[in-house]
Amino acid sequence: MASTTLRITSARLRSPFVAQVEKISGQKLLACYQCGKCSAGCPMAAHMDILPNQIIRMAQLGMHEQLLACEAIWTCVSCMTCNTRCPKDIRIAEVIESLRGAVLRTGQRDDHLRIQEIDADVRTNLPPIAMISALRKLAS
Amino acid sequence: MKLIYYPGCTVKNHARNFDVSTVSSMERLDVEVEELSRWNCCGTVHCLASDNLINRVAPVTNLIRVKEAQASEFMTSCAMCYNTLKRANIDVKKRADALETLNEFMYLEETKYAGDVEVLHLLEYLRDRVTFEKLAARVKKPLAGLKVACYYGCLLVRPKEVAFDDVENPTIMEDLIRALGATPVPFPLKTDCCGAYHTVGKPEIIAERTDKIMGSAHEEQADLVIVSCPLCAYNLDFRQEDARRLNPDFHHLPVLYFTQLMALAFGCDESALRFDLHHIDPKPALAGLGLA
Ligand code: SF4
Ligand code: SF4
Repeated sequence: MASTTLRITSARLRSPFVAQVEKISGQKLLACYQCGKCSAGCPMAAHMDILPNQIIRMAQLGMHEQLLACEAIWTCVSCMTCNTRCPKDIRIAEVIESLRGAVLRTGQRDDHLRIQEIDADVRTNLPPIAMISALRKLAS
Repeated sequence: MKLIYYPGCTVKNHARNFDVSTVSSMERLDVEVEELSRWNCCGTVHCLASDNLINRVAPVTNLIRVKEAQASEFMTSCAMCYNTLKRANIDVKKRADALETLNEFMYLEETKYAGDVEVLHLLEYLRDRVTFEKLAARVKKPLAGLKVACYYGCLLVRPKEVAFDDVENPTIMEDLIRALGATPVPFPLKTDCCGAYHTVGKPEIIAERTDKIMGSAHEEQADLVIVSCPLCAYNLDFRQEDARRLNPDFHHLPVLYFTQLMALAFGCDESALRFDLHHIDPKPALAGLGLA
């Protein structure tokens, strides 16, 4: 990730964005003490640009733009490994889902899977379970 | 009393081997299964946003169909359907207001859902109701010498609320295959995620996952891997060519549903196994032990 300078102000920590993420995910972001256990066990970590613990940290700090532009929120597959291992019982997968929602619910509806771009042959071979779950997670 | 069976979309399409082996095995165990009337897609994934109720409609409609079949519980063999149906059920049971909103929204349904149906996975049904002792007693062709890696993936053990076995080290499938006469191998990656729906848009992720997971099973000298999820089966079986391209030392291994091993041990014929639906043919591995 490119280095970022961030001025931490109470306005950011109490921004509507942080409040919305906490509400939709049902999680208290400040409970996280950055132990890193979520990232240590994440099967998708090798494919992510920022790690799950960093996502939580950036959400705490209200780093709205960086979070909604990152790839990692789309790489997370809601496998729930982090949730079952977090010593603070934070549901990281729920936080990440709320971030995907923040992108998919805007007017642009920036889908991260475009079925029409996938080969017709490939589409027929994929089981319904793959297609439907991918669309539900990655498209508006 | 009949056991209501919810098959699911993929089990009726790409994974018919899972369907026929489930039904045939249950017959051998004297359990009369009846396919749920008018079932629909479970929704495949549980929506994690607290304010999204629309994604509960698909699973809850199925729970209503179970009530309409005069039953208070039903069984599914697909891990993904189990997970989605069970989590939706837990969620609406916990949130009376959400359930009320849902029932109001689904006003065309004659039956209201009241949180009064239980979702069971076939594995827990076999362990708790049928028992593995009875299962062992029905074995005609013990799977002697067969070394099996039991893959759970995510959906049978996570989140904690849906797990019917230890979250980090489940052993229910190992116990089942021991009852069939086979030998489980240690399998450190048995609850690691296969990459799930990334198979649609990012197959390179699945190649990496398949290489790791199947590679671990091979290292433990497994003859094959068993699963309970048609998405895991697709990724771990059909994506093996991609894994081979990523890692030239990748070793092909067949992937079966646990129900196919039951059907095989119970002496069911090929029509209950449907090995023709696999990418990596299970027959050579089984034939070596005189099992196919
Ligand atoms: S495991 Fe929990 S407490 Fe530890 S870094 Fe992750 S979210 Fe924070
Ligand atoms: S739920 Fe997402 S972030 Fe958590 S371990 Fe799984 S892939 Fe990683």
